Amino acid sequence: MTTRQPIENWSSWQALDSGRLLLLAASGMLIVASLASTAVSTHHLNVRVALAFGGFIALGELLRLALPGGREAAPIAMAGAMAYAMLLTVSGQPTTAESSLGVIAVAAIGMIVGALPHIAAGRSAGVTGMCTRLIAVTCVAFIFRPVVAHTGIGQLRQWWLALAVMALLVLVGWLADTVISALIRADDVRARFSVSLWDEMRVQWPLGAAVGASAIIMVFAAEIMGLWELVVFIGPLLVTQVAFRRYAGIRATYLQTVRSLARVTEVGGYVESGHSRRVSRLAVAVGRELGMAEPDLLDLEYAALMHDIGQLSLRDPIPGGATVLVSAADAERIAQLGADVIRQAGVLDKVAELVRCQSWPSRGHDPEPPIGSKIIRAANAFDDLVGASTDRERTGAAVERLRLDTSREFDAGVVEALSEVVGRRLTSRL
Amino acid sequence: MLSRVAWLYIAVVVLLAVALIGTDPHVAGSPQVVTGVRYWAELNVLRLLFLICDSTPTPLAARQSAWSPSSSATLAGVVLLGPLGAALVGAVSVLSFRRQRLSERLFNGAMHAVSGFAAGTAFVALHGRVGVPSPADFPAVLLPFAAAAVVHVVCNHGLIWAVPRLNRGRGPVLQQVALESSVPLLLISDLGFAALGLIIAVLWAVMGWVAAAIVLVPLFVARWAMGQFAEQQKAYAATMAALCQAVETKDFYTRGHSERVSKGSGMIARQIGMRPERTEALMFAGMLHDVGKLGVPTTVLQKTGALTEEEYAAIQLHPMRGLEIVREIGFLNEALAGIMHHHERIDGKGYPMGFAGHEIPEFARVIAVADAFDSMTSTRSYRQARSIDEGVGELRRGAGSQFDPLIVDAFIAALDREGWQLPDPPPAPSELQIVTAQDHDDPTAPLRVVESL
Repeated sequence: MTTRQPIENWSSWQALDSGRLLLLAASGMLIVASLASTAVSTHHLNVRVALAFGGFIALGELLRLALPGGREAAPIAMAGAMAYAMLLTVSGQPTTAESSLGVIAVAAIGMIVGALPHIAAGRSAGVTGMCTRLIAVTCVAFIFRPVVAHTGIGQLRQWWLALAVMALLVLVGWLADTVISALIRADDVRARFSVSLWDEMRVQWPLGAAVGASAIIMVFAAEIMGLWELVVFIGPLLVTQVAFRRYAGIRATYLQTVRSLARVTEVGGYVESGHSRRVSRLAVAVGRELGMAEPDLLDLEYAALMHDIGQLSLRDPIPGGATVLVSAADAERIAQLGADVIRQAGVLDKVAELVRCQSWPSRGHDPEPPIGSKIIRAANAFDDLVGASTDRERTGAAVERLRLDTSREFDAGVVEALSEVVGRRLTSRL
Repeated sequence: MLSRVAWLYIAVVVLLAVALIGTDPHVAGSPQVVTGVRYWAELNVLRLLFLICDSTPTPLAARQSAWSPSSSATLAGVVLLGPLGAALVGAVSVLSFRRQRLSERLFNGAMHAVSGFAAGTAFVALHGRVGVPSPADFPAVLLPFAAAAVVHVVCNHGLIWAVPRLNRGRGPVLQQVALESSVPLLLISDLGFAALGLIIAVLWAVMGWVAAAIVLVPLFVARWAMGQFAEQQKAYAATMAALCQAVETKDFYTRGHSERVSKGSGMIARQIGMRPERTEALMFAGMLHDVGKLGVPTTVLQKTGALTEEEYAAIQLHPMRGLEIVREIGFLNEALAGIMHHHERIDGKGYPMGFAGHEIPEFARVIAVADAFDSMTSTRSYRQARSIDEGVGELRRGAGSQFDPLIVDAFIAALDREGWQLPDPPPAPSELQIVTAQDHDDPTAPLRVVESL
C-alpha cells in the first residue's frame, strides 16, 4: 500500500530506530516484571480464567488483520486482553484478586504464543504491533484495578458506574495504541506527527469502537455466562474481522490494479518504462513532506499513476514520452482527455480533477490548480529530466532547473519539498 | 411485476405469520409465558433494536440486495420472550423505515415473524429456558440456542430464496439475497451475529435495556465494514471498465468490445456452472484480454493491405504484452492464463504457444468464443455487423477446429436463455479517429500475411 515501500527497502538495523527500541525495551521490562511477580505470587491468579483468556488472546494474535495503509491490527486479541484487564466476576464469582501484573503476564504470553505460528510460517513476527498492544493493555489494567479497589464497582450492582469507568478506560487504551502507532509510523514514513496521528485515528476508530464495546460486553457477559462467553463471542468477532479483511483486501487489489493498468502507457511506448510508478512514488513522498493526509495522498497516488493516460488518445507517441516538450495547448488537451477517462469511472472525480489541472502553471493561473496537481506537475517534470538515473549531478541539475521556474511553472514550496525528498534519497543510497 | 405463483406464495407466508401470532400461546406449547409490563418493555426494546438494524441495511455489491444484522434482535427475543415474542419482534419489519413496496413490506414482516417463531419453537423443543438467563443456565442453554440460530438462518434465507425462483422471468422485485459469491458468507455472517442475540439476553440480566444499546456498537461497525467493502468493489469494477475503455480509444471500431467479451464470458461461465469466484475472475480476464493491443504499433493496426511477417508477429505478441501489464494484479493465475492464451486454437494452430485441445486453459477457451462472437457481430471498417444467427453459424463451423465445441454449445444455450445486446452501429468515423483496417479477432476474415524475403 501507499507507505509500505520505504519500510520494506530498509535493512533491519535501520528499522530499529530509537522509538522502536524504546518501545521494545519498555515492553521487555514490563514482561519480565509481570512474569516475575506472577511467578512469586501465583495465588493471585485464577488459573482456569487465565488459561481461557490467554488462549483467546493467542487466537486473536494468530488471526491478525491487515488494515488499509499497510497497518496490522489484532482486534480479537485486543478485545480479549482488555476484557481480561477489566474482568470483575466470572459466573457470579468475583475475580478481583487478578492483579494488574498478572493480567499483563497472561496477555504477553498469549500474544507471544499467537505470534509463533506467524514466525513459523515465515511472516513477520509483528513485534512492534504486539508491544504497542501490550502497552495499551497495561494502561487499562494499571488504572482499572486501583479504581475497583477504591470504589464499589466490583459488585456490578452499580453497573452504570462500572460501565462509565470502562468506557473511559477503553478510550484510554485506544488512545495509547493510536499515539504509539502514530509515533512509529511518523518516524517510518517521515510524516509529521500531527498528520500521522490524525491518519491513525481515522483508520483505527471504527475497529477501535468495536473492540472497546466488545471488551465491555465481555466483562459484563462473564457475570452470567462465565467462560462460555469466549466461545459464543468468537462468532460475531470473527464475522466482523472477515468484513474488515475483505474491505482491506479489495482496497489493496484496487491499488494494485491501477498501478498495473497505468503501465499501459509504457507498454504502448507513450512514456518511458517505469515513469508512472516513479512519478507516483515521488509525488506521494512530496505530498507527505507537505503534510497531506492519507486520503488525499491516496488520490494523489492514483492521479500520479494515471497522469499520462490521456496520451492513449494520441495517434502516435510523443518522442521519449516527455510531456515537458510538447506545447502548452497539447499538454492541456492530453490532461483533459486523461481526466475524461478517469471521470468515466464515476468514483474518482477528485483524481480526475488532479489530472486535469496538472497542465496548468502553478503560479498565476486562474483558478489556482490544487496542490496535488502542482505536485504531479513538478514530479513529472523532474522524472522527465532525470528518469531512472540516480546520478547526483543530474539530479541536482534537475532540481536547480525546477527552482529556476518557480516564478511561473512550479510552486516554490513543492519544489523545496521535492528537493528535500530527493536529497534524502541520495544520502540513504550512499 | 410479480407472477401469480409469487403472489400466492407471499399470501401463504403472510397468512402463516398471522396464524402463528394469533394462536393462543398456551396452545402453542410454550410453557413459560411471561406477560405484564416487563414483557412488553422487553418486547418493545427488541423491536426498536430490530427496526434500527433493519432500516439501515448495507447495500451489497450485487444489485437489489441488502444485508442487516437484525437477526440478533430476533434471537434475543427467542431467549427472553419465547417463540411468540420472537415472532412479534420479527413482525415489526413491516414498519421498517426503508422504502419498500407494500408487497415487499408484508412479505418481509411475515417472513421475519415465521423465522422467529420457528427459531423459538426449536429453542423450546430442546428444553431451552425462556426468560432472562442466570449463571445456572450455562452451558445447558448453548445447544438449544445454537439450534435456534441455525433454524432462524435457514428459515429466513429459505423463505427469501424461494421468491425469485417462483417469480422467474419477471425480474427481481422483492428484497433478495445476492445470488452470487456472497451467499455462503452471508449465511455465516448471520450465524455469527445471531450469537449476539444470546449476549443481549445475558446482558439484560445485568443492565436491562442498555444491553441492546451497547450491542449496537459492534453491529454498526461490522455493517460499516461491509458497506465499505461493497463500495470499494463497485469503485474497483468501474475504474477497471473506464481504463479498458481508455485502451479502446485507440481503435474506433472496437469500443465496448472488452465489456461485451466480459459479459459473454460470464454468460458461458454461468451456463457451465462455474463457481462464483472463478466467474468473477473470468469476467475480469475477459475485460482485460486485449489490453496488450496497446503494445502493437498503431501503423500495424491501421494497415489496410496484407501484413508483413514482422507486423503479424507484432500482433501475435499482444497476448504476451497484456500479460506483462496485468501480471502484478493479485488475482487468480487462471485469469492471467486466460489472457495469455485467448488466441490459441483447439487444433493447435493458434498463438502465442500453439497449444491444442485441453492444453489450452479453460478461461482462454471461454474468452476465445466470446471474443470471436462479439467481433463478428460488430461493425468493422471493411464490413457491416453480422446478425446473431450468422455469428452462431460461424461459431458452429469453427467448433472443433478453432473453438472448444462444449464451450460453443454452452454459449449458444446461454444466448437462447439470456439474449445478446448487439452494439449500436457506430457513426461514420471522422478523419481524426483511428480506424483499424483488419480485426485480428474476426475468424471470418483472417489476417493476410505476405511472405517476406
